[in-house]
Amino acid sequence: LAELLFWPALLLYGEAAVGYFGDVRRPGRAGRAATWGVRLGWLAQTALLAAQAAGDDGFPWGTWASSLSLFVWLVVSAYLIWGCRRPYRVLGLVVMPLAVALLAISRAGGGTGSASVNHYSNLFLVVHVGLVLAAFAGFTLAAALSALYIWQERRLKTSPSTILRRPVPALATLDELALRTVAWSVPLLTLGVAVGLVRLVARGDRLDVLIVATAATWLVWCAYLGLRLLGGWAGRRAAYLALAGFVLVVVVRLALPAAHFA
Amino acid sequence: MIRLVLVGTSHHHAPIELREQVALDREAAAALAARLADGDREAVCLSTCNRTELYVAAEDVEQAEKDAVDGLAALEPEVEPALYRLHDRAAALHLFRVAAGLDSLVPGEGEILGQVRIAHELGTTGPVLDRVFRQALHAGRKVRAETAIGQSPASVSAAAAALAEQVFGSLDGCSILLLGAGKVSEQAARNLRSRGAEISLVANSKTERERIHERLATVDVVIASTSAPGLVLDAAAVAEVLRGRRGRRLVLVDLAVPRDLDPTIGELEGCYLYDIDDLEQIVVETLSLRRREAERAEAIVAAEAEKFHEWHASLDVVPAIASLRARAEEIRESELQKAEALLERLDESQRRAVEAVTAQIVNKLLHVPTVRMKEAAVAADGVLYAETVRHLFGLDEDER
Repeated sequence: LAELLFWPALLLYGEAAVGYFGDVRRPGRAGRAATWGVRLGWLAQTALLAAQAAGDDGFPWGTWASSLSLFVWLVVSAYLIWGCRRPYRVLGLVVMPLAVALLAISRAGGGTGSASVNHYSNLFLVVHVGLVLAAFAGFTLAAALSALYIWQERRLKTSPSTILRRPVPALATLDELALRTVAWSVPLLTLGVAVGLVRLVARGDRLDVLIVATAATWLVWCAYLGLRLLGGWAGRRAAYLALAGFVLVVVVRLALPAAHFA
Repeated sequence: MIRLVLVGTSHHHAPIELREQVALDREAAAALAARLADGDREAVCLSTCNRTELYVAAEDVEQAEKDAVDGLAALEPEVEPALYRLHDRAAALHLFRVAAGLDSLVPGEGEILGQVRIAHELGTTGPVLDRVFRQALHAGRKVRAETAIGQSPASVSAAAAALAEQVFGSLDGCSILLLGAGKVSEQAARNLRSRGAEISLVANSKTERERIHERLATVDVVIASTSAPGLVLDAAAVAEVLRGRRGRRLVLVDLAVPRDLDPTIGELEGCYLYDIDDLEQIVVETLSLRRREAERAEAIVAAEAEKFHEWHASLDVVPAIASLRARAEEIRESELQKAEALLERLDESQRRAVEAVTAQIVNKLLHVPTVRMKEAAVAADGVLYAETVRHLFGLDEDER
């Protein structure tokens, strides 16, 4: 069943990614088709995760590859909150190709099959992995909003005559949404890391590279919040900082997880 | 049958000197419509700065047209050669295009929809004009909802406001600093104010201009249009002010020639500078976008006009259909009455079944002729079919 659900999810996300590019060239039908691709793909992936959960006796993301699949689902879920609205469709240009790539990587790592072996208790995984991944999904969306901000600001400065061709949210809106998304995500990451540290101390384990990198990521996003709320940072500078924070998220998600899950 | 007649003139056919002679305020338009609707007729007068049109629904189409022409010629005899006269389908399509803004000077302008609505409210309407105006308003709204024809700015002042919205989102609470008070800058300020912005300072004299730096620290939008020979604001001064703004964005619109604002201000972080060329390019771009969208809008309008035509054409056959059905029902009831002695032996449920079966037979027999007559009405054979049905079923004799 997992196999049957994976392909529709991947194909629909792929269709959405292509559709959003088509929407940039000619706004309208392609954008609507892409949004439906996101919705239906999300449903297929939800069913896939449910099937995995049933097959794995409750928790299907005990490996980094399977947690990547959950991460994709969270990112797409967060995007769906805004992605359905017309001005925000353009965010799909960033989010959906990323979702397709990560879901494909997850499959290559065996993360979309069933019957994976869990090394941890279900409750610990739900709290720790769930919170960390939800925070990372939020950071991904904030980075997408920031990338969109930089692109839109460049258009406003260099080619204002074409600015009204494509509906994109106002700079202030993008900036505010990125801040709000980070403001929700930082507490989630803080809690997720705290639960992991408690577990680490209780088991007498040692710090690994992933934990250190995650702590660095947490610091960068805390700095983002602090600079924005207290330091008067906004706009382009804040957007670049969000992108830097996202690079760390990518490193933590893709480059370093093997050791942590071993 | 009630026919639809349109007599009018617009910016396509008459210069302003002529149009202003036949332009009517609301009261005069309502009075003219009431005068034309004398007797069984219906009439609406649509009068805007670009057009004066009289819509009349009447059985005697020639007389209605003549009265409408006379009504406008009484205002200005020279208008007669500039009048267009349209009937039925063409008149309805014209109204639908007008309501959608497709006949306007700037395609898709939104004001006309409200003007059509007011004309409808002030008119002396009956079934035909009420229907055609309601459907025209629906078509106008549909065009604006389903196309981007009315979404982009069509003037320099609207373009400035649209750019400010691209930066700030809502302009509610945004403050404006006006440097100089030319006509275009006033229009731009008015446009921004209509979207919720407030004017903080109008720096018209040299003394007031000395307060610019002080005000720059707090405003969101600067509109400059002085006649100063050189720059009024340079990049260094703006950069200094920006330090105290804590990342707050600043939109600067330079409408002056020669320019008032240093072009390098646009390179500063958080500053968005637009000159008159930028705004005019947006308007050009917008008009071409509106023209592209107009093609889609024409299709929507044509479909809506077709629906009205079908309804209007069905008026030819509706009386014949109603007579035919009444005749059939009369026969059914009389035959049931004749069989009353036999039906008395049946119980209540059996009697109801007989009633239902006979009604069903009548309905089924009349269904195809009814549909065919409506189809024929749309294809312009409706009157012929209606006459044939009247003759075949002796409906005229019944009426006599």
